[in-house]
Amino acid sequence: MKVIVTIALMATLLGTAGRSAGQVNAVPPRVHHATAAVAKTSLPAMPRFRFENFTSANGLPDDHVFSVLVDGNRIWAGTENGLGLYENHQWKTFTTKDGLAHRAVLSLALDKRTGDVWAGTMGGLSRISGGRIDTYTQMNSGLSNDVVYGVSVESENVWVATAAGASKLDLRSGQWSLYNERNTPMAEIWVYGVSATPTKVYYAVWGSGVLEYDQKKKLWDKYDDPDGETEMVLFKDQGLIHEITTSLSYVDNILWVATYFGNSRYDGRYWHNFLTKDSGLPSNFTNVIKGVDANRAWFGTDKGLAYYDGVNWAVYRPSLSTGKPEMTIRDVKGKISSVAVSTAPAHNYVLGIDFQGSDIWVATAKGLSHGIHQP
Amino acid sequence: MTKRRHNAAFAGASAFALLTVVLLTFGVLSVRSVRASVATGRTGERLEYASPIELLFSPNGSRLYVLCQESAQVRVLDAKSFVPIKNIAVGAVPRGFSLSPEGDRLFVANSWDDTLSVIDTKLLEVTATWPVGAEPSGVVEDRGGKHLFVANRISNDVAVLDAQTGAEEKRLAAGRGASYITASPDGSKLYVTHVYPNATAHRTAPASEITVIDTSRAVVVDRITLPYVAHGFHVAFSPDGRLGVAANLHPKNLVPLAHLEHGGAFADTLTLFGADVGKPVELPLDELERYAVRPFGIAVTPDKTKMFITCGGSELVTVVDVPRLIRFARAHPGTSAQDMSASANYVVGRIAVGHDPRGVALTRDGSKLLVANRLEDTISVIDVKSNRVASTIALLGPNKMSVLRHGEQTFYEAKHSFQGQIGCANCHIDSTFDGLQWDLEPDGFGRDVVDNRPIEAVKGTEPFKWNGGNPNLPTECGPRTEKYFWRAENYDNLTLTDLVLYVRSLPPRPNRWRSPGGELTPTQERGHALFVRSVDKFGNAIPETNRCVFCHSGSQGTNQQSFDVGTQKTTDNAGVLDTPQLTNIAITGPYLHDGSAPTLEQIWTVFNLEDKHGRTNDLTKDELNDLIEYLRTR
Repeated sequence: MKVIVTIALMATLLGTAGRSAGQVNAVPPRVHHATAAVAKTSLPAMPRFRFENFTSANGLPDDHVFSVLVDGNRIWAGTENGLGLYENHQWKTFTTKDGLAHRAVLSLALDKRTGDVWAGTMGGLSRISGGRIDTYTQMNSGLSNDVVYGVSVESENVWVATAAGASKLDLRSGQWSLYNERNTPMAEIWVYGVSATPTKVYYAVWGSGVLEYDQKKKLWDKYDDPDGETEMVLFKDQGLIHEITTSLSYVDNILWVATYFGNSRYDGRYWHNFLTKDSGLPSNFTNVIKGVDANRAWFGTDKGLAYYDGVNWAVYRPSLSTGKPEMTIRDVKGKISSVAVSTAPAHNYVLGIDFQGSDIWVATAKGLSHGIHQP
Repeated sequence: MTKRRHNAAFAGASAFALLTVVLLTFGVLSVRSVRASVATGRTGERLEYASPIELLFSPNGSRLYVLCQESAQVRVLDAKSFVPIKNIAVGAVPRGFSLSPEGDRLFVANSWDDTLSVIDTKLLEVTATWPVGAEPSGVVEDRGGKHLFVANRISNDVAVLDAQTGAEEKRLAAGRGASYITASPDGSKLYVTHVYPNATAHRTAPASEITVIDTSRAVVVDRITLPYVAHGFHVAFSPDGRLGVAANLHPKNLVPLAHLEHGGAFADTLTLFGADVGKPVELPLDELERYAVRPFGIAVTPDKTKMFITCGGSELVTVVDVPRLIRFARAHPGTSAQDMSASANYVVGRIAVGHDPRGVALTRDGSKLLVANRLEDTISVIDVKSNRVASTIALLGPNKMSVLRHGEQTFYEAKHSFQGQIGCANCHIDSTFDGLQWDLEPDGFGRDVVDNRPIEAVKGTEPFKWNGGNPNLPTECGPRTEKYFWRAENYDNLTLTDLVLYVRSLPPRPNRWRSPGGELTPTQERGHALFVRSVDKFGNAIPETNRCVFCHSGSQGTNQQSFDVGTQKTTDNAGVLDTPQLTNIAITGPYLHDGSAPTLEQIWTVFNLEDKHGRTNDLTKDELNDLIEYLRTR
């Protein structure tokens, strides 16, 4: 055991010690430009999309899109100036005049049982149900804080991440429960994201790692970066990659976590972390993560949209240098190939992701993108 | 509340009634009342009436099912002879029922039991009792027999149950006071109406909604907004499905109620919707000096020529010519609720029936309309062709009039008010509250606006009025109501006494947040500790008069005194206010004397900045939530 630890430590020191987790490799990877023929024969089969981009010019409430939610054929977009609903090729905007808690809609969640949409805003939490908007604030309800970064619905419960702790609304009884430093292992109360299921609820606490609530045992647990609050990565796969967590997604009993300094996957026993230096991530600075299943996930970073299929990576973005549409694929060996594409997401700063069948919708800092899957 | 508790509450009320009779006998109260009571033969006994509230024919038309609220039964009658076949006991205070599409099961919503009784219509027995939401009031099964939809009045939602097992699958957000559900003729949609208004900004017109549910997906797909409407009752459709009609109460609560003689306090209206009219249209049933108070049940004849609407307060059935109604609606979009001349264009008859007519049922051939007269234990049989009462069927029950029954009739009838415009039950829906704020006094528009307090369990909460100006119920229900509200002659002493006794007999509805044994959850315990505390979080003593428990003391949560809690508005004449009781406070919003706090939280987060309404500004948000969770158990 001592030998193994020594070897691991040596490897770590030789490899990554002293380097910030946020740093990219000094030597840029070699990029192979794949022709169509080569792509067919040697490139991993990564999803291709034709991106259609929406901005305020074609009806989106605002170009700055924080969140996106797919509900069948209806697309909800949380923007800086209202909640947009795209239906039958038309945009409709909900504002504070319609009862929305605040113009800036940071997060969205769908109650799949009822069809109600929950919107976390800079001024409270709103429920959009059959066209009616009900709003919950820290003044008129038990909500802990009006800045709602994240919302997730499971069963009869609405779990909320706010700037001052976490909250849960029991829709059956109307009772609010607040979770903060007084009744959970939360070291900070700035809660950025939430992913709730009937078995587990996870909170991304900005500066305090990941908080886990076991619904059956009614117990809280906490996952921290074993390297503490430093930006050192001494033990890469021995825990959460960083304390500054921004988003998480719990799917198929796998927890995917995004931080500003890389991403993590946790299977309940083992952690695996993803950094730009050893994965296809375009940036460690990750705003949003969405798991497809236990092995596949999408990453929204400040340098583009990325997809991981369990082995290979793909990045979709406007080129950082030319702004032209770009798609790159990184295979298991680390070989990066460029794929000729004519469209890309609206912007590299990706804030929200949702799926519509094999299509993808992407919220960015300058528009909403619909990635139409290409067979 | 269990039926036993419910009965116990009535027993208590009955005992009080007897005590009052004793007091009357010994001259403690009005001697004239005693003489009147004895002379007219009212009895102080507690009698169990049937109180039929809804009617249904079996699919083949051979049986009539009568939902009897007070006796908590479904009475099964032969539909031709009206001979009783069987009485089936159900849960407490049943409010709505419906048949499965095949007619093999009858579902009954037991509003005070929070259950659904499932009756096998072959066996005529209850075969299952399923828990549902808070105060279930209406129920419908979808055509495919997959789901049951139950409207819950207090939890403001529609429970979706597996129609075979009763397992609840989900709750759909409805409006406030979800109560009545009607399926469209093709069964694809359900329309849910509400007896309380949705939240609107303070001192703005109320609004309600018709919640539209897609039965195949069991989700809410639309909400038909009903501007100005505070209380919605039954919906009916024309057989072709092109015309939907909802019965509404449209209050005029932004102008002083004391101006009753200047134009009315309510409009009794219908909202029309569907392909025949396009956008929803609200039309009045009232005519000057001929009001149609509290429209409730609706039936449209199979040939779509006539529509019948029961009007509980006016004790009549209003007859509407449907083609003329549609023509008028098309020519007058929006609302004509204030136009007292409008109804002459389509109302073609007014048929006097019994006390508090409610539910209706048409025979299959559309020749007869049956009307349940709730406070008379009779069923009026109306000949549809002639618009006349052909016969009146008496249900089996007491043949005497009790004091409480007479008081309840008085509470629900409108004849005592100026031109018969309103009754007590207009503002106290089903003997509770209305969720509205009223400008009562003729002291200028918008002055001294007051929230309508509930009247459940008012015994021991005197004085009345927010300024504590009425020392007892005889004053509250007598001179105040007669002169200020009714603008009419005094009640005779007998009637006033019976009315007061009825109001004092009203038990509290079950509290849904308190465990049956009364024990508190840890959250509620923490809230209770804050409620009774004498020291704040900084170790400072809280003055006795600034502790929650000082003013809100005793079982009712009031010490029956008045205080200034810092909530006086510039439009208020005074800031010293009667301490309101806390009974079922969770459901009686909005709060404060003028209803300016839509939620319990806002009493303290918005209106208690100076800690005059209890010491609360030292509390964290979690602690305030705990306090509120405790209050909801009261």
